[in-house]
Amino acid sequence: MQLIACPWCGEREEIEFHYGGEAHIAYPEDPYALDDEQWAQYVFFRDNPKGPFAERWVHSAGCRRWFNALRDTVTHEFLTVYGIGAERPSHTSTAPAAPRAKGQEASR
Amino acid sequence: MIGPRDNAPARPSPTTTLNRASRPSAGPGDALPDHPDFLWRNPDPKPSYDVVVVGGGGHGLATAYYLAKNHGVTNIAVLEKGWLAGGNMARNTTIIRSNYLWDESSGIYEHSLKLWETLEEDLDYPILFSQRGVLNLAHSLQDIRDSKRRVYANQLNGIDAEWLEPEEVAKVCPIVNISPDVRYPVLGATYQPRAGIAKHDYVAWGFARKADAYGIDLIQDCEVTGLDIVDGRVRGVRTTRGDIAAGKVALAAAGHSSVLAAMAGLRLPLQSHPLQALVSELLEPVHPTVVMSNAVHVYVSQAHKGELVMGAGIDSYNGYGQRGAFHILERQMAAALELFPVFARAHMLRTWAGIVDTTPDASPIVGLTPVENLYLNCGWGTGGFKATPGVGWCFAHTVATGEPHPYNAPFTLDRFTTGALVDEHGAAAVAH
Ligand SMILES: Cc1cc2nc3c(=O)[nH]c(=O)nc-3n(C[C@H](O)[C@H](O)[C@H](O)COP(=O)(O)OP(=O)(O)OC[C@H]3O[C@@H](n4cnc5c(N)ncnc54)[C@H](O)[C@@H]3O)c2cc1C
Ligand SMILES: [Zn+2]
Repeated sequence: MQLIACPWCGEREEIEFHYGGEAHIAYPEDPYALDDEQWAQYVFFRDNPKGPFAERWVHSAGCRRWFNALRDTVTHEFLTVYGIGAERPSHTSTAPAAPRAKGQEASR
Repeated sequence: MIGPRDNAPARPSPTTTLNRASRPSAGPGDALPDHPDFLWRNPDPKPSYDVVVVGGGGHGLATAYYLAKNHGVTNIAVLEKGWLAGGNMARNTTIIRSNYLWDESSGIYEHSLKLWETLEEDLDYPILFSQRGVLNLAHSLQDIRDSKRRVYANQLNGIDAEWLEPEEVAKVCPIVNISPDVRYPVLGATYQPRAGIAKHDYVAWGFARKADAYGIDLIQDCEVTGLDIVDGRVRGVRTTRGDIAAGKVALAAAGHSSVLAAMAGLRLPLQSHPLQALVSELLEPVHPTVVMSNAVHVYVSQAHKGELVMGAGIDSYNGYGQRGAFHILERQMAAALELFPVFARAHMLRTWAGIVDTTPDASPIVGLTPVENLYLNCGWGTGGFKATPGVGWCFAHTVATGEPHPYNAPFTLDRFTTGALVDEHGAAAVAH
């Protein structure tokens, strides 16, 4: 089973965690100022990248605290974990994932 | 025969001949038939097409087929980055049904089910469509209420649906455990007798063979890497096999839809997740129908060859890796044992995953985009196999006429702005 490094508890098994989707989506500062299109973007539209993705996780069966992670959606590798409210780290500043040969991502 | 590895043509195409008689002398192997004829050519891309379909899964192939058959458009290329049906098309668990809640869904899913009923003759190809019925089990008072509501809604839409009490469930499927003495007792089920399964790879090959016969180019190993858009209008695609000009571009890339839409500067309300499935070894026929349970969270059927085919929900996180976590499968099998104690000694043989494009309301997105001549079919998530002929029909209409077909008109991208969602989480929950 994949291990996830909780910033407070260290490495624990994946089943102790729950997923919270895309990170860095703040509640609108002035909700009344939003038009339908902006509300739609806030409520329903999310990034869905193939590769590094900034997302939220909660250590539900442990310390029960939320944190952010940068995870590669192809390899499922956690590139880094960081605090809620912290800036999204640029993934080039962490240990780079092993380079994939061209075409290796294709579905074979 | 379910699953991605199982791609060996299992039966010769209808045009195969036994050439033995024409050979001069008998030798080893002469008693065997020749290699079957190929079902489609493997052409190189031409510089330009009227329509380029991106994605050689069931939806892309069916769209190309109905563009030719219903609209006389044949100057078409279907571009596939891997091999035909190597995505979700030959990874799904092949459940076909139309018992969704809302009128909008009834429209398109029932249109599809009607097409399934004549598809084998239409494609002139065996697809092993078997209308063995589907049971959706209820395990709580709320389940019962929701299920009956769905049955009545289906009946109003002319869809075959019944409510069955537990003893009636056991008559349809004797191996379901209806004992009250379990954690989640079976309190009844909805039943759609016309639902069933088909052999997914044959379905893809059947569409591919017919599309090819119309002169449509099915081009494998050809990944679209960019869209050529000028003044808000798409003019072609960039691919790993060169640039291709196109009058119209139709996206049918399932799990990769967000990646392709991003090439057009579009953001979609989609999240791509792993969805896993598994099969047992071959068993005697024991399971005559399809059983799904939202509460116990598994669905099970038995393929023609004899494997038990099981699936459940998505892995929670986004994933493009075509694999998921083992504990998800463990839970699926625990759920299956709860419903079918008789499976206790069965062995899991193979597991795999696809990449499913889920939407906030568990309904698809099929229609126009803000980019002229660029059309979008996606968001079928865990349940688009059953829609293959239906969406091919409607998406072809949309591409050919520039207007949505009435059956896909409710499934616009802008419903997430207008709020006109088609919430099918109840009918879809465990995956479709
Ligand atoms: C495990 C599992 C079980 C399922 N069970 C059921 C079920 O029981 N019933 C049901 O109705 N549905 C089921 N589904 C859902 C169903 O399989 C999908 O909704 C449906 O197959 C999607 O349409 P498609 O066949 O066109 O997709 P796909 O076969 O995934 O086709 C999309 C194609 O696009 C290609 N592509 C992607 N990007 C590019 C690019 N840049 N350039 C060129 N090509 C590209 C991909 O390689 C792929 O072949 C299941 C799915 C899975 C994974
Ligand atoms: Zn913790």
